[in-house]
Amino acid sequence: MGRKQYQQDLQELKARMTSMAEIVRKNLRDSVRCLESRDMEGADLVIRSDEQVNHVCWDIEEHCIRLIATQQPVAGDLRFIFSVLQITNEMERIGDYAKGIARISRKIGNEPLVKPLVDISRMADIASCMLEDALKAFYENDGRTAAEIPARDIQIDMLFRQVHRELLTFVMEQPANMEQCILLEWVAHNLERVGDRAINICERVLFTVTGEVVDFN
Amino acid sequence: MDQIRLKTLDYSLFYGEFRALNRINLEIPSNRITAFIGPSGCGKSTLLRSFNRMNELIPGVRTEGSVQLDGGDIFREDVVSLRKRVGMVFQKPNPFPKSIFDNVAYGPRIHGVRNRSRLAEIAEESLSRAALWDEVKDQLHKSAMALSGGQQQRLCIARAIAVKPEVILMDEPASALDPVATVKIEELMNSLKKNYTIVIVTHNMQQAARVSDFTAFLLTDENRAGNVIEFGPTDRIFTSPTDRRTEDYITGRFG
Ligand SMILES: Nc1ncnc2c1ncn2[C@@H]1O[C@H](COP(=O)(O)OP(=O)(O)OP(=O)(O)O)[C@@H](O)[C@H]1O
Ligand SMILES: [Mg+2]
Repeated sequence: MGRKQYQQDLQELKARMTSMAEIVRKNLRDSVRCLESRDMEGADLVIRSDEQVNHVCWDIEEHCIRLIATQQPVAGDLRFIFSVLQITNEMERIGDYAKGIARISRKIGNEPLVKPLVDISRMADIASCMLEDALKAFYENDGRTAAEIPARDIQIDMLFRQVHRELLTFVMEQPANMEQCILLEWVAHNLERVGDRAINICERVLFTVTGEVVDFN
Repeated sequence: MDQIRLKTLDYSLFYGEFRALNRINLEIPSNRITAFIGPSGCGKSTLLRSFNRMNELIPGVRTEGSVQLDGGDIFREDVVSLRKRVGMVFQKPNPFPKSIFDNVAYGPRIHGVRNRSRLAEIAEESLSRAALWDEVKDQLHKSAMALSGGQQQRLCIARAIAVKPEVILMDEPASALDPVATVKIEELMNSLKKNYTIVIVTHNMQQAARVSDFTAFLLTDENRAGNVIEFGPTDRIFTSPTDRRTEDYITGRFG
């Protein structure tokens, strides 16, 4: 086995990605949970924790650039490093969506919710699950799973349309609900985007494994 | 589709009893740079030397299969005329201990060019193509041995070009040079491919990736015979090789 340090560096990249992914997934789940349970402190924590996500992201980028400059990676290694950069970027954006939801949570404040967040909560579950499985496929070089995950996004899109219709009805019934309904629509929109980003990650997994560029969207 | 300049068909080469190359099938496109890569002893130089029958000088060498240049069997061709069509540049610059001019004029003279002004023309043209003219035009009668290593290597390329070959074979042409001289040689190769087909052996993966259009990866089998494992466009070989062994070699996981 040649190039020990290099191999260790590649492993190290995976480790850093894992810790970034853990924070992002936690923030995503927490942001929705805090919205449901009107937990302002929790929402603040999510907002502050996004700083950390950004730092890990830069750290990973720096690590990748150093590897490219010093080790001239090729073939599978090159695809891996390129994908790490892309996936890290997708996760950073997902982190921003979580922060966005936490901010909305703060905005709604202690006002009672117009309705229990059943569908929004399901959207969050599916999106978070897609993200988790996509990353697992990446760690395990599992192209087959990565190709199966994107189909789940249909459910998210369906729920999104449902939430949208429901919120519209609320606004029509009670125009005073307008402000909160617009904010909740944003929450649903953010979660819909998380699903799309998870799909992008699946595309990167396939590229890493096969070298082929696919478009699941 | 690229036109094919050189082609081997089930080509094997034996040093005595030892099979150094095993049934090589390769098509080398015209006006492109093709790189041979692979671990030491896998037969890169042997394969390269096959294209102008340099191996024949070694006692006990025997071949099977065929090697074609522009569709014609090279073993049927007169070896002097073959070597005019297929020139070679070696790892260590090896100018003759003569003047710069005489080095470049050597080949044309052998092939019957006597006219001084014609020889001067050829020298200027070859040295220009080899990106050396500007550095030596005022000292053509100085000894070639007084040039730097990088200049000597460009002189050897000029010498190879002077007989107007179709193919230039280069066996690790930059391995004895510093990075600056290496870049010069690489740029030179790039400009030469307009007019020539270039085949290069290199141990430097980045060099193969930088300069070549096609890459062949060679590896020995369990009998230590060299085989072509994978051949294809260089950008594909270096982003998505299809054979695990190619991947292991170019990523440095090998051995
Ligand atoms: N003149 C020779 N007589 C006998 N065997 C030879 C001769 N030249 C080369 N060989 C053998 O043939 C095989 C291929 O050698 P070759 O020089 O072509 O390898 P290579 O890929 O160019 O290696 P390197 O990268 O070290 O230059 C080796 O096993 C070598 O020992
Ligand atoms: Mg050699």
